[in-house]
Amino acid sequence: MSQSVATRLRAARSGPRPRKSNGRPPWMERPHWYGQGAKGLALIALTVVVLYPFVLAIGTSLAGREELNANGGYVLIPHHPTLEAYRVILSGGVVTRAAVVSIFITLIGTALSLACTVMIAYGTSRPGTVLAKPILLLVLGTFLFAPGIIPTYLAVQQFHMLDTYASLILPVLLNAFNIVVVRSFFQSIPEELYDAARIDGAGEVTVLFRIVLPLSKAVLAVVGLFYAVGYWNSFFNAVLYLNDAGKFPIQVILRSYVLNGQSINASAMGVHSIPPATSLQMAVLIVAIVPIFCVYPFLQKFFVKGVLTGAIKG
Amino acid sequence: MANTPVTAVRPPAPQPRDPEDADRPAGRKGKKHRIRQPLRHRLKRDKALLLFCLPGVLYFALFFYLPLAGNVIAFQDYQPFLGFKQSPFVGMANFTALVAEPEFWSAVSNTLQITAIQLLLYFPAPIALALLLNSLISEKIKRFIQTVVYLPHFLSWVVVVAMFKQVLGGAGSVTTLLMEHGVSIGNVMTDPGTFKFLITAQAIWKDCGWGTIIFLASIASIDMGQYESAAMDGAGWLRRIWHITLPGIRPVILMLLILRLGDILSVGFEQILLQRDAVGPDAAEVMDTYVYFHGVVDGDWGMSTAAGLMKGVIGFALILAANKLAHRFGEQGVYR
Repeated sequence: MSQSVATRLRAARSGPRPRKSNGRPPWMERPHWYGQGAKGLALIALTVVVLYPFVLAIGTSLAGREELNANGGYVLIPHHPTLEAYRVILSGGVVTRAAVVSIFITLIGTALSLACTVMIAYGTSRPGTVLAKPILLLVLGTFLFAPGIIPTYLAVQQFHMLDTYASLILPVLLNAFNIVVVRSFFQSIPEELYDAARIDGAGEVTVLFRIVLPLSKAVLAVVGLFYAVGYWNSFFNAVLYLNDAGKFPIQVILRSYVLNGQSINASAMGVHSIPPATSLQMAVLIVAIVPIFCVYPFLQKFFVKGVLTGAIKG
Repeated sequence: MANTPVTAVRPPAPQPRDPEDADRPAGRKGKKHRIRQPLRHRLKRDKALLLFCLPGVLYFALFFYLPLAGNVIAFQDYQPFLGFKQSPFVGMANFTALVAEPEFWSAVSNTLQITAIQLLLYFPAPIALALLLNSLISEKIKRFIQTVVYLPHFLSWVVVVAMFKQVLGGAGSVTTLLMEHGVSIGNVMTDPGTFKFLITAQAIWKDCGWGTIIFLASIASIDMGQYESAAMDGAGWLRRIWHITLPGIRPVILMLLILRLGDILSVGFEQILLQRDAVGPDAAEVMDTYVYFHGVVDGDWGMSTAAGLMKGVIGFALILAANKLAHRFGEQGVYR
């Protein structure tokens, strides 16, 4: 009892104590060893279940034919790693082409999406702007309805965009969620900054470029990365809008080689000797996720904040 | 204020806005007293801002609202060469034809079964994981686990399905390993019987970690004093979770449940599209794939649009209904 009184007194003196970043709060009981053990096992199982497929794909993509045959098809950690599979798929041919298409779509798409998102978010974020409310409703309405696959497809067809790269970008140019995130960040910038700039004679364009954008680097990084991941991963739009196999992005190629089991033949790759099919498939898989791996550390740093602003506002 | 509006300065911003208020028109109170400038002057004043909005507005008009209006072809005998201006209207014929199709009802039934399984198995998973993560004392371990479990969210469905195939497919690594030890699980990637559980497992693998973010944030906003008092009164960890944590995140759980209810008829379109052929349409046809295959692939535009429209309208009605229900329970819901 005395301990409880002491704790309460301390709480009364200093208000709610900040949560300790490390260590157990004093009131929490010592856990039983079996509780800790179960928790530890659960965490290890979780980590293994998530990471095992990645390690397996990397290992298999690096393994040679003998090792694969000896191990029944897949290898976790190859003893004689070889980059042969990557050399084959990246030496020109279908996969190289698809990767280039995907990179191109991702770069152009992200730039366009980000620019349009910033513009509409800024245009609707200033208080008292005429028509800002209806425009915002236009954006938020996309949360409530969906036009459906067929009408969207027919619209793209009417715009003569079938079988063009534009069909991979324009129909998914903007995302209402991202607009809301950026807009609410713009609104959190202190009004005094805007006023000061305006008193100095800055127009909207100057305010946007000189004041707002430099302050918004973090949120723009998150939203830009979200768009980039979306473009890189886009699969269905390519299947829907493209007929010309030469324009297929990497995800579509991945599906035909790994899921539909289309064999990767030598002539498509432009080489003569071919590493085992499984290695090639896994190498394509890795090529399709390497960019995600590259941006993930940056994403991870910011995304929790970005997601939450959007979730709370939206 | 009523001086020459062409040179009018933008009115000073109202009170510092509470972020919660941001979506309300700013300074509604002040408006009564302010003399409104004529619309054309305000348009001129805000010309730059409106130009900023133009590309976005065009996008939503052309790729969202125009197709939304294009749903009229659900009431037409749509012919591609006639376009939707000249295709003849047929009233509800597409809908009556649709409800007479056994395949359509099979798709509806599959969709509802998958939703039910996902509500039971997939929906609680992030909550459980969030509770587990929250119980970790060491920030280092917690951050490591978070980094690991968020990762699959960023992979495409093609990659996720390919990964499941390399592990659990007919020649997959785990399948082979189990076979060597005398356990045969067959090829779960092509088994129609377990397909609905397979896609639920895939959804959990991909998005369970990501789903914890919102619950973790909600848990973090619970006052630690409550836990302390409860512990003082002798509540163990299970009771603290049951009586403090879960009630604390109840509004978030309800909100996500409502959003899920509005989406009851859409279940992982890309995910299922990728595996439909391997499993067969009997078990794997859902409403979205039905619309895709009958519309874009078979060219039955009117009827498949009717199916899509039906799905959209039911989803919209469900969102409204679920939100009402949340208010009835005294919760915030998604909107008021």
